[in-house]
Amino acid sequence: MSKLDKSTALALLRQMMVIRDFEETADKLCLRGKVPGGMHNSSGQEAVAVGTLSAIAKDDVIATTHRSHHHTLAKGYSAKSVMAELFAKSTGISHGRGGSMHLAEVTEGHFGGNGIVGAGVGIAMGAALGIQHIGDKKIAVGFVGDGGMNTGRTWESINMASIWKLPLIILVDNNQYAVETFVGRVTGGGDLAKRASGFGLPAYNIDGQDVLEVRKYVSEARERALAGEGPTFINALTYRYYGHNVGEKGQYRTQEEIAQWRTTQDPIDKFTEVVISSGFATQAEVEELRASVRKEIEEAVAFAESSPEPEIASITQGVDSGKLGVQL
Amino acid sequence: MTTEVKAVTPTYSEAFQSGVREEMNRNKKIFILGTDLVERGGHFAQVKGIAQEFGLKQVRDAPISEAAMVAAGMGAAMYGCHPIVDLNFIDFSLGAMDEIINQAAKIRFMFDRPVPLVIRATSGVALGGAHHCNSLESFFAHTAGLSLAVPSTPMDVKGLIKTALRNEDPVIFLMHKKLSGIRGEIGDENYFVPFGKAKTIKAGKDAAIITYGYSAVTATKAAQALEAEGISVEVIDLRTLYPIDQDAIDAAVTKFGRVVVLDEAPLFGSITAEIAATASERNFKSLKGPIVRVGAVRAPLSANPAMSEAAIPSVDQISKAVKQVMSY
Repeated sequence: MSKLDKSTALALLRQMMVIRDFEETADKLCLRGKVPGGMHNSSGQEAVAVGTLSAIAKDDVIATTHRSHHHTLAKGYSAKSVMAELFAKSTGISHGRGGSMHLAEVTEGHFGGNGIVGAGVGIAMGAALGIQHIGDKKIAVGFVGDGGMNTGRTWESINMASIWKLPLIILVDNNQYAVETFVGRVTGGGDLAKRASGFGLPAYNIDGQDVLEVRKYVSEARERALAGEGPTFINALTYRYYGHNVGEKGQYRTQEEIAQWRTTQDPIDKFTEVVISSGFATQAEVEELRASVRKEIEEAVAFAESSPEPEIASITQGVDSGKLGVQL
Repeated sequence: MTTEVKAVTPTYSEAFQSGVREEMNRNKKIFILGTDLVERGGHFAQVKGIAQEFGLKQVRDAPISEAAMVAAGMGAAMYGCHPIVDLNFIDFSLGAMDEIINQAAKIRFMFDRPVPLVIRATSGVALGGAHHCNSLESFFAHTAGLSLAVPSTPMDVKGLIKTALRNEDPVIFLMHKKLSGIRGEIGDENYFVPFGKAKTIKAGKDAAIITYGYSAVTATKAAQALEAEGISVEVIDLRTLYPIDQDAIDAAVTKFGRVVVLDEAPLFGSITAEIAATASERNFKSLKGPIVRVGAVRAPLSANPAMSEAAIPSVDQISKAVKQVMSY
C-alpha cells in the first residue's frame, strides 16, 4: 500500500463522517417510526468499513450482515439510496424490498446485507468460487460479526475457502456484543485469529478503530488472494456506541465502558488527528468537511421522505423468472 | 443370419449424466459440487465419469459441509455461474435449509438478481431408515422462489435437467432413489421438458390418479390391477411440483369427477393436500365425491423393511382409494 496522500486521507475521513452522520440521523428517524422494522446502528465501527472498502476494488464482491449501512456507504453507494432503502421506498438501493438489513446491488458486487447471522461469509465464499471458476481478477469479502463467529456454517465456509484457495477475505467486524452477549462469554478459546489459523489460513487480530491499519491488512490480503494464495482471516476489534437495535435500553454494559471507547478509541477522532498532524487539513477545514457531510445527509433524508412507495401491485413480480415452463 | 443387437437404454442416473454432459459442453459456467462425486460418481452414479471427462474444476469434491456447499453454489450463481450442488440425499439439505429457504429462494425478489442454481438430491422411501428416506417436497414447494422437479423416467430426468440448466431459477431436483436403475429411452440434445407440464402415463375412462416420482410406478400397478376389475384409471405424472400443472389437474377433475392424489410423504401438510384443496376450490361442482389422498403415515421411516414398506402407500391401498372415489 502506497504512502497516504492528502486526497486519500480526506476521502477516508469524509467517508467515515458520512457513515457517522448517516447513522445518528437514521437512528433518530427510526425512533420516530420512519424506518419500518427498525435498524442496527453502526456508529463507532466506521474504520472497519472504510478501511476495508477503500482497500479493495470497486467491483470486488462483498456480502455482509444485518448491520451493514456502513459497509454499503463505504462501497460507494449514495446516502440517498441507502436512506431511501431504510425507509423501504422504491428509490432505495433494493427498491424497498430489502430494507435496512438487505441492502444490495449484486450487479456491482454488493451481494447483500443479511437478516440471518453468519450467512454473509458463505455467500462471499460462493462469489469467490465464481470468481475463481470464471478466472476473473477480483476478490470477495465476507463480513461477519462476533456473533456470526459462533455459527457452524461460517467455519464450514472458511474451511472450504481454505482448501480451494478461494480469493476471499473473512472480515470480522467485531463489535464485541452479539445482541447483548459479550463475545468473551461465549467464545471458546477466546482468540478468534487463533481459532481461524487452525483452518490453515493466515489470521490476524487487528485494531478496528484504526482505519489505516484495517486498510493495510485488507490490502495485503487482497494481494494474496489475487496471487492465488487463498483466503485471509482478519478480526478487527471495534465497538458499537448504540444498542443492538435502535431503541434498545440494555443493561449489559456500563456507561463508563461506552464513554471510554468513545473518548479514547473513536475512529474518526483518531484519524482526524492523523489528518491534521500530517498537514492534510486544518481544524477549520475538517469542520468544513463535516458541514458538507451534514448537507449530504439532510439531502438524503429529504430524498427518502419524498420518494414514492413501491407499487403494491408488483408484490409477486420478480419471485422467479417465470420461464421454466417455456418449451425450449 | 444376422444377429440384431438391441441397444441398452440408459438408466435414470445415466439420463442425468447425459443431460448434464450436454449442457456442460455448451456452457462452461456449469459446474458440479458435492461429496464423493469424482471417484464414486455420486451415491447413485448420477455423475459417474463426468469429472474424468471435464476435469476437477468442473466437478468438485466438497467436504461434508451442506450449508457451505449450498452457499458456495448460491454465491457462485449470483456471480454468474450455473452450479449444480449435489446433496446425494435430500435429508442432508436440512443442514443447509437457511441457505436454501432464506437465501437462495429470496435473492431474486429482494435484489433483482437471478440465482441459477440446481440442488440435486434423491428423495423418497427406500431402505435406509429415518435419515435417508424423507420426502420433503412440501417444504420446498411451499417456498416462494424455488422450483421443484420430481421426474419418474429417464426421459423426464434428462429433459428436465436440461431445462433447469438453460434457465436461471433455483431448482430443487429430486430423483427417487428406487428409480436409479430403471432404464428407458432418453431424448436427444434438443429435447427439453418444460416445468409445469404433467404427462398422462396411462389413459383411463373412470377416474384419475394424480401423482409423481416413484408413486407413478405404484399408481400404474394399481391401475393395471383395477383394469382386471373393470375400472379404467388414468395416471397423471406431474413431473414438477412447482410450477405445477394446474390445467392438467383441472382437466382431470372436470373430466372424471373422481380423483385420487398420491405420494409418499406423510399425509398431514403434504403437497397432496394442496392439490386436493385447490382442486375442490376450483372445480367443486365437477366432483362426484371428495378427492381422496393417499400418502405415508405420520411417523419417521423405520429401518425394518416391512415397517418401512407399511409406512407408504401400497398398490392395494391405492386400489382401495380408487374404489372409494368410484363409490360416490
